[in-house]
Amino acid sequence: MTRLVDPTGELSPVRRERLPRPPALAGLTVGILDISKPRGDVFLDRLDQRLSASGIGVKRYVKPTFARPAPTGLRQQIATEVDALVEGLAD
Amino acid sequence: MSDRLIAVVKRDCPTCELVEPVLAQLAEQAGLTVYSQDDPGFPAAVPQVIDDRDLAASHRMGIEIVPTLIRISGDEEVARQIGWHRGDWEALSGVDGLGAGLPEWGAGCGAINAEPAVLEKLKIKFGQTGIQSRLVDIGEAEDEAEAMFDRGWSDGLPLVPPTEQRVLRMLAGTTEDPRTVLGLCPPNLVALTVEKVAVNAVMAGCKPEYMPVVLASMRAALEDDFALHGVLATTMFVGPVLVVNGPVRHRIGMNAKGNALGQGNRANATIGRAIQLIVRNVGGGLPQGVDRACLGNPGKYTFCFAEDEEGSCWESLAVERGFTAGQSTVTVFAGYGVQGVVDQKARDPQSLCHSFAASLRAFHNVKIAPAGDAIVVVCPEHDRTFKEAGWSKQQFLQRLYALCEIPGEELVTGVGGIAEGIAQKLADRSFNKFRPGGLLAVRAGGGAGMFSAIIGGWLASGPKGSIPITKEVKS
Repeated sequence: MTRLVDPTGELSPVRRERLPRPPALAGLTVGILDISKPRGDVFLDRLDQRLSASGIGVKRYVKPTFARPAPTGLRQQIATEVDALVEGLAD
Repeated sequence: MSDRLIAVVKRDCPTCELVEPVLAQLAEQAGLTVYSQDDPGFPAAVPQVIDDRDLAASHRMGIEIVPTLIRISGDEEVARQIGWHRGDWEALSGVDGLGAGLPEWGAGCGAINAEPAVLEKLKIKFGQTGIQSRLVDIGEAEDEAEAMFDRGWSDGLPLVPPTEQRVLRMLAGTTEDPRTVLGLCPPNLVALTVEKVAVNAVMAGCKPEYMPVVLASMRAALEDDFALHGVLATTMFVGPVLVVNGPVRHRIGMNAKGNALGQGNRANATIGRAIQLIVRNVGGGLPQGVDRACLGNPGKYTFCFAEDEEGSCWESLAVERGFTAGQSTVTVFAGYGVQGVVDQKARDPQSLCHSFAASLRAFHNVKIAPAGDAIVVVCPEHDRTFKEAGWSKQQFLQRLYALCEIPGEELVTGVGGIAEGIAQKLADRSFNKFRPGGLLAVRAGGGAGMFSAIIGGWLASGPKGSIPITKEVKS
């Protein structure tokens, strides 16, 4: 028998289930997160217009740079302020 | 008298053989118990010798030198003598007239259980390694190489099995405490310990003396400004590229000369590989997982080389970045490549700079500027041209930067039949291919060939993405 030393982090990353999809957006606040990819705002601005025109509350957020994970403070702010989030992932 | 005497000896020790009559005398007069480390038939003059060839008793008693004479009172050791010294042995044993005719004293020899390789095995046998990681038993019927592939530990190439003994030896390559945390390793933000670095360094094929370089490399890569999470997660090509400077290059036999960016040197190959294995195994960064690279690049197996400082007419990368020539450093750069710069005609620095610049302007896409940082690897035959003209490194880099300033009209979308590019409204501006300070230069390579290289960086170079980080290698 060979005994080896585990090279891994020995953790199973927590796999969180997504919140259930809301059946409708009426009365909810939708967050829009721009990750600062070029031209992401073009698409997200249009989305903002469409949602606002439908009477849905919209809050806008911007990640300082797409190259790094969102700062913890921003993640917490989003989690407490909106019911659903749209994130623009790429350019 | 409730006190007992114990002696630990080995035949392969001239002093132990010398004191054989003393041991016999003490066995007869004081009930001495003798443990023999290598031959239960020795000493023949003692009627009952305890066979300690498995060294368990020696290890338990912490024997370092033979002969060792110990006095036990009750269950406690109360006195110990190493080597032979008549007066000391008489005092310890309470028996006078020991070893008539023998020299007054004789130095002992190293105990077998204290030999480094043996001591490792004994620590493993008795669970005293201090290793904190989980131990994984591979069944007799399993092929250990296959078992490591099956567990997902490999980058695709075979691994050296990280046995406890190999990990202990790797840890001996650093004076750092194995439990020291270097930082949080992305993407899973797991605390990376010196011990986990050692386990992965074993698998990568490193020698223990590479450990300080591997540790410095990981510390550099975990700096916030390097943005390792982004470097891993990007859809672009990049991975960590390591450039090593200073005396450590020679101490561990790195290659800065012929084929410096290629295969064949153990230190170059395995240090770079260790970094990738750490991100994979400790951080959990897997291709097609958090590693979203569209194509990646072969340097993501390993990409590490040394600068040929001795041959260079310029200060080294480390000196340029604020260290002294006597310090060993590693610089981590988010890069990929290699793009060759072939120029066999230029004999003056201006012409050569034009060649470099034209190639640099093509990196990523001729229509993209700025395009990210780059390392220019200047080969010896190109280096010679700058040397003969008396050019400094700063002159070289400033000239390249100036030549990489591109009129906006050349970059407009559609120009050259290429849709990639900037909007027409920006045509009157000019753009540099690089951010200020985004060009680095190092010298490496073999003596023949006018073939330098560009190691391109990440489109997200700079403060918003990744900037190169240099760390001192501490032994």
